[in-house]
Amino acid sequence: MDSVVQQLLELIKAETIRCSLMEVCGTHTMAIARSGIRGVLPPNIRLLSGPGCPVCVTSQGDLDAVIDLAEQEDITLVTFGDMLRVPGSHGSLQEARSRGADVRVVYSPLETLEIARQRPERQVVFLGIGFETTAPAVAVTVQRAHQLGLKNLSVYSVHKIIPPALEAIFSDPEVQVDGLICPGHVSIVLGLEPFEKLAARYHKPMVVTGFEAEDILEGIGMLVRQLKTGTARAELQYRRVVRAQGNPAARQVLDQVFTPVDAAWRGLGIIPASGLDLRPQYADYNARRRFQIKPQQRYEIPGCSCGAILSGKLNPDQCPLFGKACTPTQPVGPCMVSQEGACAAFYRYQPLRSAEV
Amino acid sequence: MKPSQIIMAHGSGGLLSQRLIEEYFVRAFAEGEGLWELNDGAVLDLPPGKAVISTDSFVISPLFFPGGDIGKLAVSGTVNDLVACGARPLYLSTAFILEEGFSLDSLGEIVKSMARTAQQAGVKLVTGDTKVVERGSADQVFINTTGIGVIPPGIDYRPGRIKPGDRILVSGTMGDHGLTILAQREGLRFRTPVVSDCAPLHEIGKALQPFGEQIHCMRDPTRGGLATVLNELAAQSRLGMYIDEQKIPVLDAVRGACEMLGMDPLYMANEGKMVIICAPQVSQQVLEVLHKLPVGQNAADIGKVVSQPQGMVLIKTALGTERILAALEGEHVPRIC
Repeated sequence: MDSVVQQLLELIKAETIRCSLMEVCGTHTMAIARSGIRGVLPPNIRLLSGPGCPVCVTSQGDLDAVIDLAEQEDITLVTFGDMLRVPGSHGSLQEARSRGADVRVVYSPLETLEIARQRPERQVVFLGIGFETTAPAVAVTVQRAHQLGLKNLSVYSVHKIIPPALEAIFSDPEVQVDGLICPGHVSIVLGLEPFEKLAARYHKPMVVTGFEAEDILEGIGMLVRQLKTGTARAELQYRRVVRAQGNPAARQVLDQVFTPVDAAWRGLGIIPASGLDLRPQYADYNARRRFQIKPQQRYEIPGCSCGAILSGKLNPDQCPLFGKACTPTQPVGPCMVSQEGACAAFYRYQPLRSAEV
Repeated sequence: MKPSQIIMAHGSGGLLSQRLIEEYFVRAFAEGEGLWELNDGAVLDLPPGKAVISTDSFVISPLFFPGGDIGKLAVSGTVNDLVACGARPLYLSTAFILEEGFSLDSLGEIVKSMARTAQQAGVKLVTGDTKVVERGSADQVFINTTGIGVIPPGIDYRPGRIKPGDRILVSGTMGDHGLTILAQREGLRFRTPVVSDCAPLHEIGKALQPFGEQIHCMRDPTRGGLATVLNELAAQSRLGMYIDEQKIPVLDAVRGACEMLGMDPLYMANEGKMVIICAPQVSQQVLEVLHKLPVGQNAADIGKVVSQPQGMVLIKTALGTERILAALEGEHVPRIC
């Protein structure tokens, strides 16, 4: 172990305060599981995973609607690779593709422009998914499509924003969260301000944290020190990447194209003004409108504990399906599919003690 | 006029088929060897010892990638399987499935690359077959190679010989090939270009031969990567594998790109690397020998074989905690943010 990590750990271990700290970013979920941080923390400090995986919080109704769209003959569905295996009520996008649906995987939403240009006879639908980190690139894609006059491109937006989900969690009396490990990537866009407001309103310390083991340990140490002194501020640990003011240009493009709407989160239900839909001036690019898709009612998968896991009420291994009926090969819920899902992280990076049981 | 693409007649068995074989395959493979007599099979002399046969099919896309191409891969892949069995690779057969419309220039490049790699590895391509299928029934070209080698006396590499206390070595950095192909396929560009490690590892086989029975097992960590191979070896030997995350060599460029894409280099394919399990008394010497080879410069001792827990791979993280390194489950797909 290097000496910086050693020192950080010793500082944390010297604190006796009992606390539950939540992260709300899939990259943190994976980094914590992979580095084995839970195994070195003293028992008085608990780490929880919140709704930080965009695939996991997408409601079942939206997923089903998208898979139905992909199965229509003249539609090409474009999405990120993580979505392919997520189980809908009647199979996944991958299964739809094996039945002949035209489903394309891209790394950047801008690639959708080229796909639409090459196939003018087809309707090309981009499944817009992700938080404040990915939404700006989708916003730029919509603006470019508008400039280029592409009539066959549309976006099915299930984009969501993080601060309203945090308010929902902090307001839930069943959830006990004392401090927040704030998402490093989302904060690149948002900056510190939304977290400062939340810290003040709910009196919870918050630290924007990076993704290396040292970053996370330092972030935990900063949270514990705030808790000990009874302060509740938003602090920045991930200084080498995040600026306090965030990225105003990205926020501006988000605001030009998207408007906040009430959105259904798997596990958390409807959260006011927590989703992003296209503004009226871009309504022609809204897939929901173009294909007259009705609002969806189904949020959850029956039997799956995703809801309780996404809100930090249960650990993944406390779900009765975990590792038995639900594995990465045969996933029941999206948390086991996504590379960022809490269940997938727990499953892939199991500490030795739970495996011996 | 000569066609510039594969047409169905190239697979008819008639004149065009003959020309294709003579101009592309015989010319590249049999130059000066006199082995390719266009008989129905090749007749071979084998030195004494146990013979090993191994086969593999190659369907990679793209066909040409930084560090190699499907031809180099098709020869290296089978040569490496023979080396992992302890054999000296001697002969290869090859079969091509060609899609109608496939460029003859590309075919020429691929065949030349196969010949070059075979020559480098000291194996002879002695027999082959070609088939042509309609456009859409295959993706450009699929290649099968089957190799024959002979195990020299005193060599016995198999999971049953792995013992607790053995050292686990890798011959170089992990994940280069998998990441290169992913980046090519998806049009990703990185500041530091990553190159596939695709290479025949006959030199490793030859260099480790003097260690005889002190080498207990070898395997090439191709699909599923190091994590999957170690899990296979743990299951087959009924022993545990204990490795140290910080000792596993991974190029900074590969690590960074994997982090960005949400991939784990320990699950990414390698096409020019070997996992070597040997007695602890010789591990240091084996490493020294590997370090002298161009294909073994980054070789490292990454851990040891343990008796408990059986059938499992444990990895010690940078924080000093231990976790299970599971075999690859499902598809390895990149994440979205």
